[in-house]
Amino acid sequence: MFSDYSMSELGAIFAMQGFAGLILFSVFVLMALGLAIIFGQMGVINMAHGEFMILGAYVTYLMSNLFSAYMPGLFSAYFFVAMILAFIASGALGLLVEWAMIRHLYKRPLDTLLATWGLSLILQQIYRSVFGAREVGVTIPDWMMGSMPVTDLIEVPINGIFVMVLAVSISIAVYVLMFKSTWGRQVRAINQNRVMAGAVGINTEWTDRLTFGIGCGVAGVAGSAFTMIGSTGPTAGQLYIVDTFLVVVFGGAASLLGTIASAFSISQAQSIMEFFLSGSMAKVLTLLTIVGILMIRPQGLFALKLRK
Amino acid sequence: MSPGVNFDEVLGGDMSNKKPTNLNNGVSRRAVLAGGAAALTASLFTPKALRAADYPTAEVNTTGLAVTDDTVTIGILHSITGTMAISETGSVQAEKLAIEQINAQGGILGRKIEYIQEDGASDWPTFAEKAKKLLVNDKVASVMGCWTSASRKAVLPVFEQYNGFLYYPTFYEGLEESPNVIYTGQEATQQIIAGLDWVAKEKGAKSFYLLGSDYIWPRTSNKIARKHIENFLDGAKVVGEEYYPLGHTQFNSVINKIRLKKPDVIYAIVVGGSNVAFYKQLKAAGIDMTKEDPIVLTISVTEDEIRGIGGENIEGAYACMKYFQSLTNDNNIEFVKAFKEMWGDDMVIGDVTQAAYLGPWLWKAAVEAAGSFDVDKVRAATPGIELTSAPEGYVKVHENHHLWSKTRVGLAKADGQYDVVFETADLVEPDPFPEGYQ
Amino acid sequence: METSNRFLSRSEIIGFAVLAAVIFIVLPVALDTFRLNLFGKYLTYAFVAVGLVLCWGAGGILSLGQGVFFGLGGYCMAMFLKLEASTPENTAIQSTPGIPDFMDWNQLTALPAWWQPFNSLAFALLAVVAVPVIFAFIIGVAMFTRRVGGVYFAIITQAFAAILTILIIGQQGYTGGVNGITDLRTLLGWDIRTDEAKEILYYVNGVLLFAVLFAAQYVRKSKLGRLLIAMRDQEDRVRFSGYNVANFKIFVFCLGAAFAGIGGAMFTLQVGFMSPTLVGIVPSIEMVIFCAVGGRLSILGAVYGALVVNWAKTTFSESFPELWLLGLGGLFIAVVMAFPNGLAGVYAEHVAPRIAKLFNKSAGDDMPGAAKTPAE
Repeated sequence: MFSDYSMSELGAIFAMQGFAGLILFSVFVLMALGLAIIFGQMGVINMAHGEFMILGAYVTYLMSNLFSAYMPGLFSAYFFVAMILAFIASGALGLLVEWAMIRHLYKRPLDTLLATWGLSLILQQIYRSVFGAREVGVTIPDWMMGSMPVTDLIEVPINGIFVMVLAVSISIAVYVLMFKSTWGRQVRAINQNRVMAGAVGINTEWTDRLTFGIGCGVAGVAGSAFTMIGSTGPTAGQLYIVDTFLVVVFGGAASLLGTIASAFSISQAQSIMEFFLSGSMAKVLTLLTIVGILMIRPQGLFALKLRK
Repeated sequence: MSPGVNFDEVLGGDMSNKKPTNLNNGVSRRAVLAGGAAALTASLFTPKALRAADYPTAEVNTTGLAVTDDTVTIGILHSITGTMAISETGSVQAEKLAIEQINAQGGILGRKIEYIQEDGASDWPTFAEKAKKLLVNDKVASVMGCWTSASRKAVLPVFEQYNGFLYYPTFYEGLEESPNVIYTGQEATQQIIAGLDWVAKEKGAKSFYLLGSDYIWPRTSNKIARKHIENFLDGAKVVGEEYYPLGHTQFNSVINKIRLKKPDVIYAIVVGGSNVAFYKQLKAAGIDMTKEDPIVLTISVTEDEIRGIGGENIEGAYACMKYFQSLTNDNNIEFVKAFKEMWGDDMVIGDVTQAAYLGPWLWKAAVEAAGSFDVDKVRAATPGIELTSAPEGYVKVHENHHLWSKTRVGLAKADGQYDVVFETADLVEPDPFPEGYQ
Repeated sequence: METSNRFLSRSEIIGFAVLAAVIFIVLPVALDTFRLNLFGKYLTYAFVAVGLVLCWGAGGILSLGQGVFFGLGGYCMAMFLKLEASTPENTAIQSTPGIPDFMDWNQLTALPAWWQPFNSLAFALLAVVAVPVIFAFIIGVAMFTRRVGGVYFAIITQAFAAILTILIIGQQGYTGGVNGITDLRTLLGWDIRTDEAKEILYYVNGVLLFAVLFAAQYVRKSKLGRLLIAMRDQEDRVRFSGYNVANFKIFVFCLGAAFAGIGGAMFTLQVGFMSPTLVGIVPSIEMVIFCAVGGRLSILGAVYGALVVNWAKTTFSESFPELWLLGLGGLFIAVVMAFPNGLAGVYAEHVAPRIAKLFNKSAGDDMPGAAKTPAE
């Protein structure tokens, strides 16, 4: 396979392939962080996670239309506004859903799965009625769609860098929130012992709601960012849901660090295999490997507490 | 398969001296669109709308179909929910437009077309269930429907068992020839070979990288493409062939592999949501398609898909199919206008949408040729049916139930439309079981 | 929970009798062959739902991969039927006559070795049950002996559904790919596509369903059934009492898989094809929904759940094709939020007491298994 190429070409290809793996890693981190917060900290299975992401994508779509119609001069910067609004929109919907639905189901984690699955069907149909069944085209500012030549052979996609920077900043933000803020301390306290946390005066209800909202908001930002690399349509959210859950479970549900580590290992494994095998086979092998490891180590890579 | 039936022989009554009938068909439709005055002039050339009284229900419907003295009921069976709704919506719109136009023109054998729409929900068993419902319960005279190969395969036994009649609009892999289906899209060899010849001759392409979503249409199409490249194009070779699961959204690895192989042509048959991801990532990776190094040639991206991909992300790619919205013939200009009037100015029309539009018209022509709604008689009358009014130009039904049609190559522009850069001189014969490509 | 040790309590006898009357008398009389065949299809999902009652309702093991077993059973049946349909005469147009059409399209020139045994009906029927059970056993041993449960188990089974779908689609030369295995015609020369055959298959389906129901009832009433419930509520205590919890879980998971496999085979026979869309995540979750709507603790409820949800799905999508997802989504939420024990719970709480009042009897032992407390 490699005999026809010079060393510099091979070096360049491997560098770019490594970079492709890093982009995939960032994509996984973005997908999984919101879910990791909700699933890991609250034990709630949010099957509508993909639909919250797509809400962010649709917000981005609306913003791109709005800016190109009314503020064409600011178009190149609209994406940042869109991401903030995506966070607000998905977060607000998350708060609403928590209030209307999730809070009644904390004692029945498997039931949240069914209810949020129902929610995902409803959201899909709403998107379809509002935005049409077709995919919508989100216009991305030109500066985000090109590539940067590093050497003659290596070109780095700018949207890849953007996704990576975003993934890193959101991870840091979540980390700071979780381990340095009052809210984070409260979330962790509730996670350890709900009753005691309530007894020492933590408003567990509000903390739960906020946690769910923030998780959904992060999903919205991810969806907004994914308009650069993927499609935006009523059912696009379902493309992400299995990968997302696997990343979170593989990492060990209670650990944000684990989520990041698992996103890293899965993405690297997948992109290496994709390079040497056909895409379909690489996907199956990746999934099988994950399941195999989970069978040996069911608690995931990093787990704070073992088993239920 | 019944032998071809001469259109004029079958056509009975006061129309037999009007020749060629289909031309009139086109004219009269135009007349309807143009409205009042034009209609008056046009009526000099067109037959009067057929009166139902000349075709007693008992005679035109001997098999208990849903035909009354004033109406005939057909089915529309597409996914309007689920992942395939993205693609199938356009087909539903085109079929409804055709039905409305036919009705405005007096219907078929004096009967207005009514339709029952069912949702296949992107789920093949559901398609089979709904097909059976349409045929058994609703007794529809024909069905316009299906999109994916899988949905067609699921309904096929139902149509054959209950002797229904299906007009199937999508370009597809071939290898099929059912007495109960009319394939209004192109089969694989029709769509593929002309495009490969063109890119080899005009662009001097020698090496090809075949890429597809992982299911039967891309695999069969790539198989045909590979055979053609290796056996019929001088000195050309395939340097890679690869498939990704449906719905895959990460293509950076394959883009790197393509860089490594440096093919002249990326031959892409990626579908659905993957399409959007593939072209966006291709562009972001610095592969500028307008520079044609490599050339991107696709058979799966119509104007419909470009809406989701974004014209600026696919500008410079070539697509090979039979219809582009930008065709400048009169039929097409009117079709595009009527479509936008009915469904909104922001609509775009892709190859499959146009093929879906042909369905009701082909059926109308066949029914009128047969002078009956009976499926067996319509089938017998179908081979040889021509439409001069088709937006894509003249088409004719082959005895194998596929259409003779031209194949065209379009160059994608930033506004989401294609510039037609090549079209075959003659109609390409449909060949669903191609010798030498198996 | 259950007060009676008898195989069937008085009210359970009534429950079974009513269901038998619905399936064998009411539906066939009320429906034409087309609708009856549809209900036959719905009833195949009931096999899965009954298995889920045992695994999930009784055992607390929520599998989101039941579609895998349903699909495996269905594929085993479809392979036999496809081979029978692919006679050299029927496939004369192919370059290699006598093999299934999709193999020919994918340049296979001979039947793969692992397809060969499916020429035998006996083998195929055995495989319908055995293949899902073997799969379930492997998964079960790996997971339960390591004490994986709850949410993790659910998501891992979901991954299995995803993997199997991708595998089937990717290996289309051997499996038919996305299209599935289509155009099945006869079973040992008997044409399964005729109306008469459909009716017979409907009754066969009904009889098999009752066999499965009785098997499930037997398990519930046995010591195993009570251990399952004990495990669900307090797994550690059961373990400390000296029982090997994992073995019970593996057993019930395999049983559920066997039921699903039978359902899948009946689906293939009645619908006439098998496709990967029945294997994936979406159908697997839908099957859980059937069970939840019917009542996760009631095997009879599960049957009604499968019937009602599918009937609603068909009706909704015929009447309001563009809105049926809203209705379906709403139904899921409503069931979870307001009726955690599903139809069986509604019956036990609201209907049964009134009936009892009407007949002035004790309402102590109602629909089988309709418990007073929600699961988990």
